[in-house]
Order: sequence, then C-alpha cells, then structure tokens
Amino acid sequence: MNQLTAQAPGGVPHLRYWQGVWRWLLLAFALVLSLGITQVAHAQADPDREMSTAAPGIDADQWRQVRSGETGPNYRDSRYESNYNLINSSGETWRQWRNRWVSPFGLIVIGGMIGIITLFYLIIGRKHLEEPRSGRKLFRWPLFMRALHWSVASLFIVLALTGLNLLFGKFVFRGLFGDAFWGWMVSSSKVLHNYLGPIFGVLLIVLLVSLIKDNMPKKHDLEWFKKGGGLVGKGHVDAGFANGGEKAWYWLLATVGLLVVASGFVLDFPNFGQGRDTMQWANIVHAVGALGLTAVSIGHIYIGTLGTEGSLEGMTTGYVDETWAKEHHNLWYEEVKDQAVSEQELADRKASKDAGESPAPRSS
Amino acid sequence: MAQMKFMCDAERCIECNGCVTACKNANDVEWGIQRRRVVTLNDGEADEMSISVACMHCDDAPCMAVCPTDCFYKTDDGIVLHDKDLCIGCGYCLYACPFGAPQFPQQDAFGERGKMDKCTFCAGGPAESKEEEYEKYGANRIAEGKLPLCAEMCSTKALLAGDAQDVADIFRQRVVHRGHEDGAWSNNPQASADNLAYDAARKG
Repeated sequence: MNQLTAQAPGGVPHLRYWQGVWRWLLLAFALVLSLGITQVAHAQADPDREMSTAAPGIDADQWRQVRSGETGPNYRDSRYESNYNLINSSGETWRQWRNRWVSPFGLIVIGGMIGIITLFYLIIGRKHLEEPRSGRKLFRWPLFMRALHWSVASLFIVLALTGLNLLFGKFVFRGLFGDAFWGWMVSSSKVLHNYLGPIFGVLLIVLLVSLIKDNMPKKHDLEWFKKGGGLVGKGHVDAGFANGGEKAWYWLLATVGLLVVASGFVLDFPNFGQGRDTMQWANIVHAVGALGLTAVSIGHIYIGTLGTEGSLEGMTTGYVDETWAKEHHNLWYEEVKDQAVSEQELADRKASKDAGESPAPRSS
Repeated sequence: MAQMKFMCDAERCIECNGCVTACKNANDVEWGIQRRRVVTLNDGEADEMSISVACMHCDDAPCMAVCPTDCFYKTDDGIVLHDKDLCIGCGYCLYACPFGAPQFPQQDAFGERGKMDKCTFCAGGPAESKEEEYEKYGANRIAEGKLPLCAEMCSTKALLAGDAQDVADIFRQRVVHRGHEDGAWSNNPQASADNLAYDAARKG
C-alpha cells in the first residue's frame, strides 16, 4: 500500500496497472459471490433439502389413529357439535353386519320357519282333540288378558310387517309398484314402526308382568321338552296352566323381546344424543332379536290357530273345552275341573249380564 | 365418462373454511347443516394438518347399500345423489357413512329427523323444475358445466374437484414437485412418476 501511494503520483502507467489488478480482483469476487448464489439456488431445488425443512407431515401411526375412530385433544372439526372423526370406519362394519349377515340370515330363518310349519301341516296336520268335546267350559282368559294379548299381538304383527318392509321391501315393492307408491309405503312403515313401537314396548311389559306367575319354570316342564311337547312318544305330557312351550315363548319375550324394545328405544329417540356407534349396535341387536322373534311368532301363531283344535277359542271367548284342558293342560285341569260350566249355563250367564249391564252406562 | 372425485391436499389446506362457506352459499343449505367440514389433526402442534371433508361420492357407497328406500343413485359422472321424496329420514346412511356426510335437519323423538341432506357435488338432484331442484338440493353447477364451488373457491387450491384422472394428475405433479422422486410410490421400486396409472394397473 505504501508502495502504491508512494508510486501513484510517480506516473500514470503505474496507476493503470493497479487499476487493472483491481478489476481482476472485483471479477474474482463477483465470481465467488455468484458461485455462492448458485449454491443457494441449487439447495432450493434439492428435494431432500426441501423435505427436511418442511413441516413434518402426519405419519402412518396418526392415520391409523384416525381410522380407529379416536379423536385426540387437538382434534378440531369445524362442524357444530360434530361427533365424527375424519374417517369413521365403524359405519362400514355396521353395513357389513347388516347387509351380509343380518338381512340374508333373517330371510332364511323366517322363510325356513314358514317352510317347516307348512311341511308339518301338510304331513302331520292339525292336532285334533282325541276325545269328543264335553261341552263343559273352563274359564281360562279374563277379558283384560284377552284385550292385552290381542293388542300386543296386533302391534307385533304391524311392527313385524313394517320392520320387514324396511329391511327387505326395496327388493320387492319398489320395482313392483313404482316410486310414488313405494315412497308412501316405506314412509308410512317408518312412521307406524316408530310411533307404535313404544306402545308395544309398554304393553309387552304389562303383559309380561301379568303372566309371570303362570310362567315360572317347573320340574315337569323339563319333561315336556324332552318329549317335544307330546310329539315324541305316546300319551300326554304334564302341563300346568302354561305348558313348556308357552313358557319358553314367554321367557323369549321376557329376554329377547325386552332387548328388542330397549334397542328400539335407543334407535327411536335420537334426541337423547346417543352416538352413531351406539345406534349401529342397537340396530344390529334390534334386527337380530326382532327377526328371531318374528320367526318364532309364526310358530306361536300356527299352534294357537290352525295347529291345535280348541286353542283359539280360549283367547277369543275366554273359555276352553274341558277336553282340551284335559289333553293340553292336565295339571291345570286337575286344579280347576270343578269350576267347569255347561254351554247353556254360560249362555244364560252372558244374557243376564248383557241385560243387566247394558243400561248402566246410559244412566250415568 | 367422468368419474367425479374430491381430493383435499392436506399440505395446502390452511383451515380457512372458505369451502364450507362457499358450499353453504352456493347451495343455500338449511340452517344447522354444513355439507362440508374442515377437520384439523394435531391442532396447534408442529405437525398440524387440516383436511376439508364432505361426501366423497364413493364407488361402493355404504349409504346406498343400507338405504331402506333405495333413494340413492349414481349419476353417469359417478356422483352419488339422493331423492328427497323417497327419503324417510331413518338415519341409516348416517350410521353407515365413514365421512359423516349425511345430515338431518332434526333429531327429535320417534326418529323424526326430516329429509337427509348431503353434498351433491353441486349436481342438484331429482326434481320437476330448476326452482324445485334448487330448493331441495341446492345448485346444479355441473349442469352449467362448472365444478363444485367449494373447490373452485379454495384459496390455496388444496381442495380439488373433477374427474378422478385429472385430480390425480394434478396431485401427482405436486407430489413429484415436492420431492418424491417416484411420485409418492416410495415403497414401490417398480413404480415411476411418469406412468403411475400404468403401474397401478399392473400392481407395480
């Protein structure tokens, strides 16, 4: 530097020489600088470098957690009161259960029941009374019980038909009747099912409570089952007021029936805010239980009407024939046989009751 | 024939809820119903990520499979629509849908839910007149040659809507640009970014 300053005033050529050196230095500096800049640009284009500086993504474990349906404390959903995860795979599970298992097997069970009963009726036929009717009647079902039975029965049938329509109707009636009628049919099914269901539930509980004393299992019921209710072997099987089969139907209604009612309430009252997953399970329980009960009810209806001579009149008039009581409920018959009344006596009693009672409501 | 799909690029979604608003506005959606929602995972953490969700117009739609009235149908464009005249409001589609798309205006005793409402891919639904269609289902932008408003208005272009192939192409380009040399098929040695569909068909 001293040399430079000392020589600078000395002559122009020296100055020019040094100016040239500066130029070269500047050029070199610019070159180095540009190298540095290209280095940076190169780094930006390098995918790996970019990835390493980017925000970490959601990893596989977290996606697994999303699929599990669990939401962590830092889960946010912009929808008001949403109880959904990002993905709710339980819905697909429910769909598979319902469409792959419940619906086809429900059809098989109910269809199979109808088939077996038809075959039974065609081959073995109706069970007639072995001895002629005595003409003397025994009081079996009071008016209250008959009214209760037929209310529950008709509600059951309406609920079964509307329920079946909700499950299978679309495969048959939509094509058969067209959209307009099908739309009306299925919406009225839903309305009837949802509004009559709770009434059925309440009445079923009343029915079960009123009948519990007669349906307590006894030792002879076991024998009844061993002999298939009289189908196996000869002779009659012991039975009290209710036989083994009736008790089985009672306890089926008291367990599965109540389960169907309970799950029905879960489905029918979404206003209590129960979650979607709860309702999926309730639906499966409801469908399985109801389809099973429907199948068994076909057996109950057959035995009570076509299948056995003298059974239906007990539930319509309240009275059964002595012979019927002796053959089907021998133990009960032994208890009440002295209360038997003749048909004539019954008719008289009814006539006097009608005559005596009919003006009463008008006078009050 | 197109196969319409939504796709939300979670790397781009900024949880602005613009899609939700656009949807409500375009379709005049009933009070209390939000056809689209934005879900944020790990909110406030370093790996926070948001995704906009609505009906995904599934190929094998669970709602369609469980509907007791068979009110769902699929358009030629692969859009899942439903007939509100046939809907009885039973809620089964709500039980089945993995994305929480079907919603009901009510949630009252005796299963009174009203008619189900869900995203229509801005394709309206079955109706006698345009007015009735708009009243029941909202806009039919597809008939006008437009895509769903949610995707059209997405400020970061995170939400894509359109034919599955186009959506996949756009997303593939993004993924490649972001640095996946083989278009996110990292564990698939035979796949290359240039012919993803080809490799997918051959199962790599």
